[in-house]
Amino acid sequence: MTRPIVQVERVSKSYRIGGLHPGYMTFREMFAGMVSAPLRRLRGDDERRPSSQTIWALKDVSFEVRPGETVGFVGRNGAGKSTLLKILSRVTKPTAGEAALYGRVGSLLEVGTGFHPDLTGRENVFLNGAILGMRREEIARKFDEIVAFSELEQFIETPVKFYSSGMYVRLAFSVAAHLEPEILIMDEVLAVGDAAFQQKCLDKMNDIRREGRTIFFVSHDTAAVTRLCRRALFLERGRVVADGPAHEVISEYLSANWQARAERDWDEREAPGGGVARLRRLRVSDERGETLAVADIRRPVRVELTYEVLQPGHTLAPHVEIYNDEGAHLFSTHDTSAEWRRAPRPAGTYTSAVEIPGNLLPEGTLLAYASIVSHFPATALHAQEREGVAFQVVDALAGDSARGDYTGPIPGALRPLLPWATRFDAPGGDENFPAARGSAAPHDAR
Amino acid sequence: MDLKTNDSAGALATGGPAARAGAAGGGHVLPEHPVIRVRPQGSGPAFDLRELWDFRELLYFLTWRDLKVRYKQTVLGIAWVIVQPVLTMLAFTVFFNRLGGFRSEGMPYPLFAYAGLLLWTFFSNAVIYGTNSLIQNSNLVTKVYFPRMFIPAAAVAAGLVDLAVASVVLFALALYYEVALGWSLLLLPIFVALTVLLATAVGLLASASTVRYRDLKHALPFLIQLWLFASPVIYSSSAIPARWRWVYFANPLAGIIDGFRAALMGHAFDWPAVGAAAAITLVLLSVSLYLFRRIEETFADVI
Repeated sequence: MTRPIVQVERVSKSYRIGGLHPGYMTFREMFAGMVSAPLRRLRGDDERRPSSQTIWALKDVSFEVRPGETVGFVGRNGAGKSTLLKILSRVTKPTAGEAALYGRVGSLLEVGTGFHPDLTGRENVFLNGAILGMRREEIARKFDEIVAFSELEQFIETPVKFYSSGMYVRLAFSVAAHLEPEILIMDEVLAVGDAAFQQKCLDKMNDIRREGRTIFFVSHDTAAVTRLCRRALFLERGRVVADGPAHEVISEYLSANWQARAERDWDEREAPGGGVARLRRLRVSDERGETLAVADIRRPVRVELTYEVLQPGHTLAPHVEIYNDEGAHLFSTHDTSAEWRRAPRPAGTYTSAVEIPGNLLPEGTLLAYASIVSHFPATALHAQEREGVAFQVVDALAGDSARGDYTGPIPGALRPLLPWATRFDAPGGDENFPAARGSAAPHDAR
Repeated sequence: MDLKTNDSAGALATGGPAARAGAAGGGHVLPEHPVIRVRPQGSGPAFDLRELWDFRELLYFLTWRDLKVRYKQTVLGIAWVIVQPVLTMLAFTVFFNRLGGFRSEGMPYPLFAYAGLLLWTFFSNAVIYGTNSLIQNSNLVTKVYFPRMFIPAAAVAAGLVDLAVASVVLFALALYYEVALGWSLLLLPIFVALTVLLATAVGLLASASTVRYRDLKHALPFLIQLWLFASPVIYSSSAIPARWRWVYFANPLAGIIDGFRAALMGHAFDWPAVGAAAAITLVLLSVSLYLFRRIEETFADVI
């Protein structure tokens, strides 16, 4: 087993809110204390007021990373991810604990740090490169490559204040992508930029990983974390609560955070709907009926509605719409089964569920919205809710989803696993290579 | 290929274009000792010269940026560096010398005023830019690691370029007034260097305290103005009564400006004043370097 390139041992970081920092004593006494203490006394403030609280942004965090690993950090805002990366990139120091890094660190906390709007693209490449720790000679050598990657050749002599935000990010990422530290720290890098460029960035990061360099990656885009990282750490309230294969950790993280949203109940007063019917419950479940926040891309997902019919005599169809987190409407579906299709319903409570087959939905966050409609004899809308329930679809990268062996981002609103067939026409019709021998695609192995 | 088991890049690089790169990456040899040790607050080395040297190019780039940005979108550009002290010198000559009757120690008053203004303009600009520099660069401070003292230091260094340009006028004036060339001219850089060190010391202290106490930003223009009156820029230090001179020369800038003028004119130096200025400047610089290093590790948390 190779030695770790990064060793983090019981690192903790505390902040005090409502008080002054303990590390400030000397300076405060020496200098500012002379100026501000009398002022504070005049205002009646006491710096040692009991309301000052110590917040542990990180508490006893330990882990090791080996060369070539790509480690994703997930956790809610304030869980300590950014603090940890800031400590590893030496922007801030821990309150306790130590870390040893056996390589140079390049940190990329927010793209475009240090860009100056009045300087041209060319000037900013040099400035930003120097800030990120590159030597001038190194930047000069890679300059053409950086500009080519950004696709901004025509605008490189223009001050970046005239750039669109997309151009700005492209240039900034291009500089950062050409850093060559052994350890690369990236925080929310892919938050901006168009889809094509994001793809390019992910490809570049894959290249960096393949060169054997170590990457720490923080992103709210859990799909990007699973794509890019083999391993993930899940932080909660400053502690590492899970450390393991990325897809498992991501599932754990998502189910810890999305549980409340995978199911909605409405009481009598707030139930969406009118005099005919109203919705009482909406949830996402697995085939067995267990409420589900994280779905395996290969397994079916059920969306279940519970609704009350108040006025008998209407034909009703429960209706479900599926959206992705960018607001794209993936599809709508309503109940067309024979049982209640043209049958007027008696008053009472009903539960209907629709099953979405596995290997159809894409990875990522999906939202399901429900309504109750009539299509016979005329179309009418009886109940509609606008909050929806959310669930995550994750791909465990086991090789038997529509991904096959591909681990990069897959565009498209849906990701069906479809049968493929290949016919092979051997030159000269050689008997040893009979035609239609192909179709050895891994999908067929299912 | 079962991707699930591929924990390392080496395993991934079994096929396709990645193979070559992966093989190259596998050749990494980890150093015996950590390249970087992250230790808790207050335990790092007090002063790491080697690190400053490693980052020296960043100081150059930050200085270059400060200069570039300052004169972008200005019609006169770098000429402002000359226009400002020349006009101030003319105003001083008219109001203080002609109307106010200020004496100038055996020097033509315009030359006297310009020599003082040259150092003073550099000093006050360096302190003002330096003081605000850390806050203005807070996005850098909270995102990237590098020796923080380069930010105020770059503000001082950028001012030094201005000073070099503005000193052309000083020599033109010296020629115009037919100042005799002497060996003492070689001492001019020493007084400029002392001014640089003093501006760095004040800039470091002021910028570090502004990170936490923004009050200084408001007090600074006023303090700088007071400092101007406490320095022999407009008037000659010979106007100070003898029994107060020791107080007066506690301001190192007084000894420096007097020394600069004496070196320019080939006059006799007031050695005790020059020595005191140099000593106070060096002590102040050591104190501010020490304090800056002590507290820079908390900048990212409080800025």
